Amino acid sequence: MIVNKKTKLILTIASVLVFLLLIGLAESFLDPFLRRILNVAGIYVILAVSLNLINGFTGQFSLGHAGFMAIGAYTAALLYMSPALKAMNFFIQPLIWPLSEIQIPFFFALIVGGAVAAVAGFAVGAPCLRVGGDYLAIVTFGFAEIIRVILNNLQGITNGPLGLKGLPTYTNLWWTWGWALFTIYFIKKLVDSSYGRALKSIREDEVAAEAMGINLFKHKTLAFVVGAFFAGIGGGLLGSLLMTIDPNSFNINLTFQIVMIILLGGLGSITGSIVMGVTFAFLMEFLRFVESPMNVFGMVIPGIAGMRMLIFAVILVITVIFFRRGLFGQKEFSWDWFSRTGRRNPE
Amino acid sequence: MSLDAFFQHLVNGISLGFIFGLIAIGYTLVYGVVKLVNFAHGEVFMMAAFFVFFGFTLFSMPWWLAVVIGIALTMVLGVGIERIAYRPLRNAPRISSLCAAIGMSFLLQNLAVVMFGGRQKSFYVPPFLATTINVGGVKVQAVTVATIVVSGIVLVILTFLINRTKMGLAMRALSVDFDTAKLMGINVNRTIAFTFALGSALAALSAILWALRYPQIWPFMGFFPGWRAFTAAIIGGIGSVIGALFGGFMLGMITILLVAFFPAAAGYRDAIIFVLLVVILLVKPTGIFGEKMSR
Repeated sequence: MIVNKKTKLILTIASVLVFLLLIGLAESFLDPFLRRILNVAGIYVILAVSLNLINGFTGQFSLGHAGFMAIGAYTAALLYMSPALKAMNFFIQPLIWPLSEIQIPFFFALIVGGAVAAVAGFAVGAPCLRVGGDYLAIVTFGFAEIIRVILNNLQGITNGPLGLKGLPTYTNLWWTWGWALFTIYFIKKLVDSSYGRALKSIREDEVAAEAMGINLFKHKTLAFVVGAFFAGIGGGLLGSLLMTIDPNSFNINLTFQIVMIILLGGLGSITGSIVMGVTFAFLMEFLRFVESPMNVFGMVIPGIAGMRMLIFAVILVITVIFFRRGLFGQKEFSWDWFSRTGRRNPE
Repeated sequence: MSLDAFFQHLVNGISLGFIFGLIAIGYTLVYGVVKLVNFAHGEVFMMAAFFVFFGFTLFSMPWWLAVVIGIALTMVLGVGIERIAYRPLRNAPRISSLCAAIGMSFLLQNLAVVMFGGRQKSFYVPPFLATTINVGGVKVQAVTVATIVVSGIVLVILTFLINRTKMGLAMRALSVDFDTAKLMGINVNRTIAFTFALGSALAALSAILWALRYPQIWPFMGFFPGWRAFTAAIIGGIGSVIGALFGGFMLGMITILLVAFFPAAAGYRDAIIFVLLVVILLVKPTGIFGEKMSR
């Protein structure tokens, strides 16, 4: 039996509704600890899916995600904070004039944050026409570091190394998973469209794609702009969730975490990014025990800070060397999986 | 600003440029032969500083022995990284080896945090290097002079190795045409291992010089020097030793002179270096000394 299109659509809509119901239940009944992990998981999904669009589908290896997130987080925070809160934060040097008076709702602040990140995405994506592969990785990585340097130095706009503290907590499961669902929907639609096919052809062979009449500049910058937009949204959500942002929290380790998620999940698989994003958020919390003192057969092993990341790093290297395709490769979830596994005797 | 002060900054810039140059040559050699950006190079640099540090403090070796053993261990580490992470992926798509390199860098950094702790440790500076020398009114730190002298000697040895020995010839052959070189009977694995050993030795040496200059070492110390040196290698034209040295000099000078003449803009020095990188890549994608690449 092959599931027909209509059934698939109904199944998809039904599962989204069930998922929304679960979110509603989780938001009202789950304890704050689990809710927080789920929030982080939603943000990881947004970030991983958006980075996968650039790295996995377009094949432009970017290490600049933390930079886009920082831009989104700062722009959004400066817009949704109340003027009084801003005055409290900026005690060394006051915030420059128009920003110090503005306050707009969270949703619009996020959108503006994403838009500013998207502009930065265009600026980074443009040189990408000339530099490819390893060079691009370095350029984007440099870009993210530069954002950090600039945020640290623009005291009058970003409050410098002090960061912004006491941000109002708007982020809840509706926000994070709502945006996550929208990100998944948008990027899935994009990847399946003619634009998406152009992006994939650039990944497979740039020269051949160009010869077939694909505008490299347009499509590469498109991937960067869309990816950066959602990274900015993710950053904005994260800022409001953590309630405090400072330039140094958006460092390369943050990018590494996202890169790790998409490599483990599979470059070019949205499903892989979602599954690994959620898994990663939970593992980050539940692997905390390796960093606390342990009692093994009467022997007390003192906790070692940094052990979690070492474990992840080892998993990453092993995956890259031995299971190059990651968990899902380039495969996606589809309802056909069930019909295929349900069929006993393939004819 | 007096002329003396200017010369002081100039000498400072030259010595920093040499350090960046040595790290950049490590990147460039490896890239030339295996066409791989060794992201873990900065971490090899960091590990070298720790090897010397522990040789000196934990095993109380004399400082020169700690340096020699530190360099040897770093070479083993570099070759080990190539053997474990890069060799299995040599025929894989470029992006896989890039991921492996990023993974190795991440792994080494976290390994260092777990093994050595995240706190900064102070590096031992031999007393004779901590003094200040007065050359005709220009006050120069002994470390600075030592850096220039040591780097000069190392560069002469390196030039000899690359241009006058069989191994150097093999390296150059591999960088020109990997497959043909293989057909000509060049032992690929040995040559690549040698390249990594050489690059790591240069990283170790520059790490020691760096740690003598800024005597605080910690697991993330390899990051910025690594990035700047890689930028230097790209600016000079990756694959070219002269280019790497030139790029290193340029960055060293920019860093020092910016701090000296425009202290207000000092915080932005990495931003300026980055803009320079992007401009050079746009104008001449293969760098100043790079050869034209075919797609």
